[in-house]
Amino acid sequence: MDDMDFIELDGVEKVFDVRRRTGFMRRERRQVRAVDGISFRVPRGEMVGYIGPNGAGKSTTIKMLTGILTPSGGRLRVAGIDPSRERTRLAHRIGVVFGQRTTLWWDLPLRDSYRLMHRMYRIPDSRFRENMDRCVELLDLGALLEVPVRQLSLGQRMRGDIAAALLHDPEVLYLDEPTIGLDVVSKAKVRGFLRDLNAERSTTVLLTTHDLTDIEQLCKRVMVIDHGRLMYDGALAGLHEVGESERTLVVDLERELPPIELGSEPSVRVVKVEGPRQWLAFPAATSAAPLVARIAADYPLVDLSVREPDIESVIAKMYASDSAA
Amino acid sequence: MEGVVAAEPGNGFAGRSRPAEGVRAYGLIVAMWLRSTMAYRASFVMTAVGNFVATGFDFVAIMLMFTHVDVLGGYTLPEVALLYGTSATAFGLADLVLGSMDRLGRRVRDGTLDTLLVRPVPVLAQVAADRFALRRLGRITQGLLVLGYALLVLDVQWTPLKVAMLPMTVLSGAAVFGAVFVVGAAFQFYAQDASEVQNAFTYGGTTLLQYPPSVFAKDLVRGVTFVVPLAFVSWLPALYVLGRDYPLDLPRWVAFLPPLVAVGCWVIAGLAWRVGLRAYRSTGS
Amino acid sequence: MRLYAVVAAGGFRRYATYRVATLAGVFTNTVFGFIMAYTYIALWDERPHLGGYDMSQALTYVWLGQALLMTCAMMGGGFEDELMERIRTGDIAVDLYRPADLQLWWMAGDLGRAAFHLLGRGIVPMVLGAMAFDLALPGSPWTWLAFLVSVALGVVVSFAVRFLVALSAFWLMDGAGAMQIAWLAGLFFSGMLLPLNLFPGVLGDVARVLPWSSLLQVPADVFLGTYAGWDLAGAYAFQAGWAVALLLAGRLLQSVATRRVVVQGG
Repeated sequence: MDDMDFIELDGVEKVFDVRRRTGFMRRERRQVRAVDGISFRVPRGEMVGYIGPNGAGKSTTIKMLTGILTPSGGRLRVAGIDPSRERTRLAHRIGVVFGQRTTLWWDLPLRDSYRLMHRMYRIPDSRFRENMDRCVELLDLGALLEVPVRQLSLGQRMRGDIAAALLHDPEVLYLDEPTIGLDVVSKAKVRGFLRDLNAERSTTVLLTTHDLTDIEQLCKRVMVIDHGRLMYDGALAGLHEVGESERTLVVDLERELPPIELGSEPSVRVVKVEGPRQWLAFPAATSAAPLVARIAADYPLVDLSVREPDIESVIAKMYASDSAA
Repeated sequence: MEGVVAAEPGNGFAGRSRPAEGVRAYGLIVAMWLRSTMAYRASFVMTAVGNFVATGFDFVAIMLMFTHVDVLGGYTLPEVALLYGTSATAFGLADLVLGSMDRLGRRVRDGTLDTLLVRPVPVLAQVAADRFALRRLGRITQGLLVLGYALLVLDVQWTPLKVAMLPMTVLSGAAVFGAVFVVGAAFQFYAQDASEVQNAFTYGGTTLLQYPPSVFAKDLVRGVTFVVPLAFVSWLPALYVLGRDYPLDLPRWVAFLPPLVAVGCWVIAGLAWRVGLRAYRSTGS
Repeated sequence: MRLYAVVAAGGFRRYATYRVATLAGVFTNTVFGFIMAYTYIALWDERPHLGGYDMSQALTYVWLGQALLMTCAMMGGGFEDELMERIRTGDIAVDLYRPADLQLWWMAGDLGRAAFHLLGRGIVPMVLGAMAFDLALPGSPWTWLAFLVSVALGVVVSFAVRFLVALSAFWLMDGAGAMQIAWLAGLFFSGMLLPLNLFPGVLGDVARVLPWSSLLQVPADVFLGTYAGWDLAGAYAFQAGWAVALLLAGRLLQSVATRRVVVQGG
């Protein structure tokens, strides 16, 4: 059973028929390819980031993976099971956290939701107690158990949702925008929890998010999706290369000088000059050391620092280049 | 194997049937709502009494009518009470068990239906059990009271068959109304705002059945006998018990058909639900 | 003043966008209309001049009832759910600090809604009823106008009642229960289930004096020409009297509630 990957997508498509009113009685129909032939494999135990702009198809993919939506084409398997055909059988093995909707019962106390899930998922009593205690402790839910879900703050509810998703020891956890609207402290808590979960239990994690710090902190692999297509699938580090991102060398010279010129390094260019300080951009993939040496040799260098590119700009560039193409 | 559950979960999950799973899930969710309701006992009693009074007004209106006349459509008050009692109890039961189905449209609208699809139990059971309202016992109670009054006062030749027909009528009637609730919900997959159409059949149906069939135009009677078989909920069996003639020319044994009709309605309801859910899973929200 | 006109127009437009719901509602109103019409035919067959109505007047009463059911929000469906929700969540505090008056604000919106429901859900069933049965429609345009005035007063009374009940959410845990009792009592005492003229003895006397009779019984009688001359003024006075009394009660309750919110901070 383990020679196949845990999640397998082959040319998966999802096409929607959208009808719009263009006049009093007229309507136009067009097809929207929310997911347009996506293929990837996720082996068991990997923590993957799944990012893209709004409307790129992230939520649609998650919905197909969890069995909410049926694909229009292609092949999709999770743990060897086809989610659209065997929804309930798969549901026992997956956990889902929707950032914007809760899986808990709105009007009732947190504890009631958990009690119901205990029975609904047929979790063995001892296992349930263990998981409850652990989640309550790590996610700080102790004081919240008797509070009706609708009275919880967003951060508290999110933690409650995460606990709910894990009580039955799912093999994979899907998180759709889990840190949206959370404050910094809550985000850190959630991230730490996820990291530990993945490390200790080899739970496969698929995380869609707009917050790229989540990705940086948690995922070694990231997939970028735009207009229903996979733009990038690989290591986080490699994202910079593909995005042709640049690092910045901030150089403090002894005095104000004309922009630095290094004839032998055509890919290095000065971006900004402010008095004795100059900003130089160079390809992110290359090492800064030789560059620093060259500058130190030819110019009166006082101090310098290297700035990494932020993923935002990398991704933005990727989206932009795609839509321009 | 520490922490990783790689094998099939639970105990022999694959062996269970869908309806059984559905009923179990329904029971679990209802139990949760019941616990919550009983935690605020005073409030529950108040709303149950309110439900009783509110639904009872319909019979009060009928009683007021009978202060002016002795017969309505050729039927006396106790006879009308029998019709009213059987249909109100049947509807009350269906409303208690499946009344929450009409919230489906709302769920489709705000996307919370997806949350249900992620759980390892049938969606129908979850929608049906959502917000289980024990206060609906009020309607059942007033229906039973009116039925009790009718049975006490009526001058009927009771045979064992006729006695057995009463519970059969109420249960089959509840099943028929239940099927209407499910079809109405399935319709909301298609038109989320159209929950009121369902009311025309459920509340409209109950109102219709409170009165004797002789009151209504032949076409309407035909409609509720052959198209939407509400006549089998109370009219046909009750008229048999009363020894009265049905406005349409039908053989007497038709009065024993309600259980079969209920099964037929549920087959249709089940199909409608599956079609609706499949369409939803194809187009999303 | 213009603010409230805008709010009213907004209320109208808002309900007008629910095309499917309106159609569904028209269907339901029509079905109920037919059911009740047949019932009344059976009743009036037995007693031809019951309650002072002849058969066609009784049937007209049925279709008027269906038309005014949504207009006066006899079964809910108006602003009260929203207001109660805002009170429950505490958002009401924001509303109370606005420069617009709470009661007038919601009333303007409700009047807009009522106008739409009268047009959107009242006319079609009435037309269908007129085609299927022999109705007693007024000959003179003045009667139609008098009817509309009476309906408007009825809507205000209905609003005032619902406003009072909605405000109870400030004090009651479960406002839904109170609302249900209010609207089902309203359904009964407005004459929806049976004309109030048919209520015997003391019950009838009491029912005719309660505010809910302004919602259907009074406008229906205006439509059917029961009131002529000074009697009509009397009818208006009855409706207006209840409207004023209930609105004032609402304002009183509103100021008590406002003070409570301000003191407790929501």
